[in-house]
Amino acid sequence: MNTRDIEQSWPLWEVFIRSKQGLDHKHVGSLHAADAHMAIENARDVYTRRMEGVSIWVVESQHIHASNPDDAGSLYDPANDKVYRHPTFYNLPDELTHM
Amino acid sequence: MMQTDNNTQHTNPIHRPLVQYILHLADTALILGHRNSEWCGHGPVLEQDIAISNIALDMVGQARMLYQYAAEIVNTTNVGTAATEDTLAYLRDATAFKNLLLAEQQNGDWAVTILRQFFCSTWQYYVYTQLAECKDARLTEIAAKALKEVTYHIKWSAEWVIRLGDGTEESHQRLVQALELLWPFTGEMFIPVAYEKEGIAEGWAAHIQSLQQPWLQKITEIFQEACITVPERQWQQTGGKTGIHTELLGFLLAEMQFLQRAYPDSEW
Repeated sequence: MNTRDIEQSWPLWEVFIRSKQGLDHKHVGSLHAADAHMAIENARDVYTRRMEGVSIWVVESQHIHASNPDDAGSLYDPANDKVYRHPTFYNLPDELTHM
Repeated sequence: MMQTDNNTQHTNPIHRPLVQYILHLADTALILGHRNSEWCGHGPVLEQDIAISNIALDMVGQARMLYQYAAEIVNTTNVGTAATEDTLAYLRDATAFKNLLLAEQQNGDWAVTILRQFFCSTWQYYVYTQLAECKDARLTEIAAKALKEVTYHIKWSAEWVIRLGDGTEESHQRLVQALELLWPFTGEMFIPVAYEKEGIAEGWAAHIQSLQQPWLQKITEIFQEACITVPERQWQQTGGKTGIHTELLGFLLAEMQFLQRAYPDSEW
């Protein structure tokens, strides 16, 4: 079986890793695997070799629904001139920390 | 002046039973690790290429810890030449190697490689589990560290055994052929040689006869899921642990030791 055949028969999976310090799982890449179990093991071997993570999520790429890049203008540009949406216009008391 | 040696019959410390035993464990890890490293760049898919290379590195890492310990013991006396992890790995000849015959068997196809790993990792798991509580403090440390790695190796290889055995007709057939090829080399794991008997008596070696049953139980459990039958008792090849190897080891060492022998002590 050559790589091309395998790419056709093994689905693609997206891999999310949570690092020791991190609270959230971050997308780190993708890989091929026959099922979810193998995908997690492959992710362990491919993406956590250098102590990158303590938790792995995988999801089959076909289940990811993405926004259309063509819509970028109408989706994201309108936010550009709405600086008041950033919480930067408040005066915080000195006693307040961790903000 | 030579230090007092309570094992007076072993003038060169490398022949002490403890050192021989450490070398047996180290050689098995190194040779199997080297075999796995031969897959690097040739794995069936990128993900498995990395997986088998990771396992190769784990095994070489285990071998290093053991060789370093063996070298320290050898160097406690002035008899013989000073040893390092490198001299032990790269400057001994095939007859001095004490690895299991199973470890030196060729990679063959993916089924042979997987089954060889599954047999060896399961054996290592039970050996290290006992050593983690043995009377030699250093061996307990090494075993405890290696156990975490070996636990993953069993999981990984067992799942592949199941995938192949319970996969397609061809993958099943290949696993059956791999089993026929490798089974005669598994008996050696549980037959103690002289240095192991001394170690068992003194409490620093795994009691391998008692490990055959749990080993076989684990193999049987996975084989049932893989739709494979455990072979009947049959003739078993031995010799690896005392330096009597198949011809395959010589070819392996010729490649593995080439650099160190052709360009001694080279650095990069």
